[in-house]
Amino acid sequence: MTTLPPLIEMRGISKSFGPVKANEAVDLAVAPGEILGLLGENGAGKTTLMNILFGAYQPDAGEILVNGKPVSIRNSADALAAGIGMVHQHFHLASRLTVMENLLIGIPGKGGRLDRAGALARLDDIARNYGLHLDPDQPVSALSIGEQQRLEIIKALFRRARLLILDEPTAVLAPSEVDGLFSALRAMAAQGLGIIFISHKLNEVRALTHRCVVLRHGRVAGRVDVPAETTALEMAQLMCGHEIVPPERGPSVPGAVVLSLDAVSTGGHGGMPLRAVTLAVREGEIVGIAGVSGNGQRALADVVSGMLKPQSGTMDIAGKRVAAFTPREVQALGLGRIPEDRMTTGLVTNLPLADSMVLPRIGTEAFSARGLLKPGAIVAFAEAQIEAFDIRCPGPMVRAGALSGGNLQKALLARELAFDPKVLIAAQPTRGLDIGAARFVHEKFLALRARRCGIVVVSEDLEELLALSDRIAVMYEGRIVGVLDSADASVSRLGMLMSGAGGSA
Amino acid sequence: MSAVLEQVFQVGFLAAIIRIATPLAFATLGEMFSERAGVLNLGIEGIMLLAAMAGFTGAYFSGSLWVGVLAAVAAGALMGALHALFTVVLGLSQHVCGIGVTLFSSGLAYFLYRLIFGQQSVPPSIKGFQPVPIPILSDIPVLGPAVFNQFTLVYMAILAIPLAAFILYRTPWGLSVRMVGENPRAADSAGVSVMATRFQAVVLGGALMGLAGSFLVMAQFNAFTFGVVSGRGWVAIALVVFGRWDPWRSAGAALLFAFVDALQLRLQAAGLGHIPYEAFLMLPFVLTIVAMAFMSRNAVAPSALLKPFRREER
Repeated sequence: MTTLPPLIEMRGISKSFGPVKANEAVDLAVAPGEILGLLGENGAGKTTLMNILFGAYQPDAGEILVNGKPVSIRNSADALAAGIGMVHQHFHLASRLTVMENLLIGIPGKGGRLDRAGALARLDDIARNYGLHLDPDQPVSALSIGEQQRLEIIKALFRRARLLILDEPTAVLAPSEVDGLFSALRAMAAQGLGIIFISHKLNEVRALTHRCVVLRHGRVAGRVDVPAETTALEMAQLMCGHEIVPPERGPSVPGAVVLSLDAVSTGGHGGMPLRAVTLAVREGEIVGIAGVSGNGQRALADVVSGMLKPQSGTMDIAGKRVAAFTPREVQALGLGRIPEDRMTTGLVTNLPLADSMVLPRIGTEAFSARGLLKPGAIVAFAEAQIEAFDIRCPGPMVRAGALSGGNLQKALLARELAFDPKVLIAAQPTRGLDIGAARFVHEKFLALRARRCGIVVVSEDLEELLALSDRIAVMYEGRIVGVLDSADASVSRLGMLMSGAGGSA
Repeated sequence: MSAVLEQVFQVGFLAAIIRIATPLAFATLGEMFSERAGVLNLGIEGIMLLAAMAGFTGAYFSGSLWVGVLAAVAAGALMGALHALFTVVLGLSQHVCGIGVTLFSSGLAYFLYRLIFGQQSVPPSIKGFQPVPIPILSDIPVLGPAVFNQFTLVYMAILAIPLAAFILYRTPWGLSVRMVGENPRAADSAGVSVMATRFQAVVLGGALMGLAGSFLVMAQFNAFTFGVVSGRGWVAIALVVFGRWDPWRSAGAALLFAFVDALQLRLQAAGLGHIPYEAFLMLPFVLTIVAMAFMSRNAVAPSALLKPFRREER
């Protein structure tokens, strides 16, 4: 393996966006048959580096070599010609076109027509070699997320990519799909392809990759030669540059009930409805909501945050009955909310960050008077929160959508925590965040718990729930099928309940 | 009443439908190509007018109708390129630029016409296209004289429909057009130039709108007047939606509109004196609105329609 020249070599790559150095003197090489892990926190420069390799950005300095020869990659067509394929985190597919049409885009035809027969033959080859199957005539909209990702990989192989870049490919997959992806990637490496695997799930990196490069603040912070023999903690410390101590969760002394749902049922609402859900959350405790995605967690979060009115049942916040189920009402009763989708129901991405940070309370005295906004107060509030929560951004007037995921989540936390909620509901609070940002969120939750807030955390990450929660409720088909004290809970017991094999429940 | 019906469904009725549908079919296909690539072209009304003017002028001075057709197509393509420059290259608002193109082209058409022909009490006219019967086919009863004894431009429109479907669905370029209209980023990452593809589609669309304009002055009215287009461009935009951005359905929509238009002309001629003729004139437009309301509720536009594409976004 070492005698061959690297498939791809990047030497001294630097790239700045205005004052921000996204990459600085980065060296990186991938040999044929090698799976290279590219690690780093959000904003460490992984995606920028890969976009340079794929021709989306031009480096300010440095060179790229393919098979030992320098090349210039000015656009994706050049990258494809150089044998580089990329599976973006957000897929580049046209959902109303078929699998075949998505494959054939940009491929010259035969006699002026699309070469369907030739494509079918190549598709067969790919299926046989790597175990990647898809029905060519299905529209992409009918494919699951996992299948769409498979299509992206097939697309790259179809164009005879020798190096495949995967940007956080497992973030969107269910655990069973991850196994399938890994075996396909191993098959490709065994046939001499090179793979760059970007992730911040350290256990996956340890299981899959042959070698790792860790980026921090745009530079190479370290290299790991045998990931399987390096602990996740060591890698995490390389990524954030300091030691990581897991947050301490002191004993909880729960007090009075601050949020209670009694036999709440909802209508369809485009997802799994709630069926007679009864739940009580006391002050000073964290209740985790576990469950396979789509078992009513979203309806639960929507009811609690006043976005969905139940058909039957009652809800009380801090001892007061919720009547209208509007976001304003539950918020006035003391509810804080960290929404699942930061970009759509969290903030207004095209408005200044400061506006988004006061949006839920825009009508309160603090931010407006006699129908007029108080811009000074709004900006001052945002500045104070940016300072207190260490939100990395150019200032309060920056477009909210320009922030990284971790910083957006900090902004949302800051917005809710500034008003001392009695109850906080957080849906998937650390999804897509790196270790440092996730830890920050967890610490804030625990601090809030110490301040006697009652917290509901909806998450699909069982490790997270086990680390944070005092009690864990498991949802299955719209019901709560079991509530465990976290001392008695384990991944396997939760897993049983989540699959509907609850027994007693 | 039966006398009225007889008047309406006489032999020439079918032929009239085909003739009315021809410019609509060209215009609708043109707008469809543009929109399939993600670019709404509200310049269509003005482009058709300018093309009609250019076509008439070309034919008038050269004495050749085909030179006129070429001039109309060139004018349409040129205005398409102007719209593409604004909306594709510069990424400006498609609504605003489209209306601008319509206003500009209409004004330019009036201006140039006055400049060239001056003010005349009787507008100049040309000898337009004559029907070209197709041997054998034109002898088929009813259908023959109606469909196969028409102008060459009509035959071109009939052929343009399957050709457009073939290009759109069977060729790499057509796939690129559909892809840049659905997800330009996907096309870009597959090495397809979004700008070039969109530009080409809008120019092709403009050329087809030019053909539509040429038909009006060289086969229908044989003279240029300022009202020669009179809303046909706007109708084409509706027909594209009604036809769900598909060549066959769009052509079908054009036929349906032409049927009602031909019908209202006959009803007018039938002299139902107590109903003002304006009421009949409204019929096809009322149909368009009603049809749009009922048939297009679940029509899904190309996902990237109206969205400019920029490469390095950060």
